[in-house]
Amino acid sequence: MLAAALRKELLLQWRSRGQMMAVFVFGAAALLLFSFAIGPNAHALRTFSAGFLWLGLLLSSTLTLAESFHAEMENRALEGLLLLPSDPRALYYAKAIANWLQLTILGCALVPVMVVLYDAGTTELLTLFAVIVLGTAGLSAPGTLYAAMTAQVKAKQTLLPLLLFPLIVPALLASVKATSLAITGDPMEQSRSWIVLLAAFDLIYWSLCGLLYGKVVEE
Amino acid sequence: MFEMPKVSTSKTPYVFLALGAALFLFGSYWGLFVAPPAADMREVQRIMYVHVPTAWNWMLAVLFSFGCAVAFLFNNDSKWDARLEGGLEVGTLFAFLLCCQGAIWAKPTWGVWWDWDPRLTSTAVLLFAFLGILALRNFVEDPVKRAIWSAVATIIAAVDLPIVYMSVKWWNSLHQEQSTPQTVASPFHLPLRTNAFAVLFLMIGFIMLRSRVAAYRLRRELAAPPVRIGEEAGELV
Repeated sequence: MLAAALRKELLLQWRSRGQMMAVFVFGAAALLLFSFAIGPNAHALRTFSAGFLWLGLLLSSTLTLAESFHAEMENRALEGLLLLPSDPRALYYAKAIANWLQLTILGCALVPVMVVLYDAGTTELLTLFAVIVLGTAGLSAPGTLYAAMTAQVKAKQTLLPLLLFPLIVPALLASVKATSLAITGDPMEQSRSWIVLLAAFDLIYWSLCGLLYGKVVEE
Repeated sequence: MFEMPKVSTSKTPYVFLALGAALFLFGSYWGLFVAPPAADMREVQRIMYVHVPTAWNWMLAVLFSFGCAVAFLFNNDSKWDARLEGGLEVGTLFAFLLCCQGAIWAKPTWGVWWDWDPRLTSTAVLLFAFLGILALRNFVEDPVKRAIWSAVATIIAAVDLPIVYMSVKWWNSLHQEQSTPQTVASPFHLPLRTNAFAVLFLMIGFIMLRSRVAAYRLRRELAAPPVRIGEEAGELV
């Protein structure tokens, strides 16, 4: 069931890849704008590069997450899906995994932009990749749940970030810290504890949101 | 089943409010004029008599909201939704008051209005989380969906609170040790305890009244549309 739902989600995303491209351009434009907020100070830009990367990714994620339920709302497709003899949790996890994948690709695509704009190169590519994978997992689990609620409401563009932003503070903080340590060096070996925190956040919200999703979509 | 909530018309919340207000006047008078000033912080320290009781009771309000949300998801009784609304709104108010009182205290003591301390930051994060849930409640017109979604969002936000606290604690820390009667010298006990109960009673009164308003609104929303005179119910014209 999960495999079938996941296949549907990935197919949907593949067919709307033009939108993905547009979100990437949005994220890159945000990174460009952040550098104007600091001014041409190479040292400061490098110091704040991790924060800018994650803020860019967070802002882009509100677009992709909101969009992920767009297709379900057309012709009341979600109700049709729920009528199938299946567990709504499979639908949730399929969508959350698809969103996670999309955000991971987006995050990896934004890294070169960050490196070029802020001169924030790093050799710790594996750590950086792990942080992006775990950090985007933290965004997509509650983000998918909230998108399911807000997609059915009038003011969805405002409500989704309003609900999501306060919630992902720990994930954002840990991701920024771990990314920053990968870029500026980690003499105290601190990044491991931030990655553990991130993994714990993911574990809690991937299980809790899966449990609660059935309640959110039931009629 | 999601049924029409009963609305009690008892006078209990008014009793709590009156008791709380009287105790609050007494405790604050004692704290402001009778208790000695603290040696190192002088008069600024007197804000403790409202700040610390607000903080304690804010945590109770968050716990109460979490409890209402869980209770609602388990038995779908609309009275828990009305109580959740009261808890959320009073919790938001208290979080806002905490941030304001904290800033008033921090400026003369630390020299800054705001600091990235775990307690301060988690209060602010929860304030925004609760504001988001209240906004969600405002935008959802279907009472059943509104109740379920805000219960779900409340549970998610409440679970987040300890994680935010932990993560910000690792990140940075400067706040005073928490004040409890054990860490505070004995001349300060009386006003602090009095005000803690005063704020508790005020909070109970507010939550009860606010839940009553929420229950009235639910009744109006769930009521069948009125039948016009001269038209039988259920008859198609």
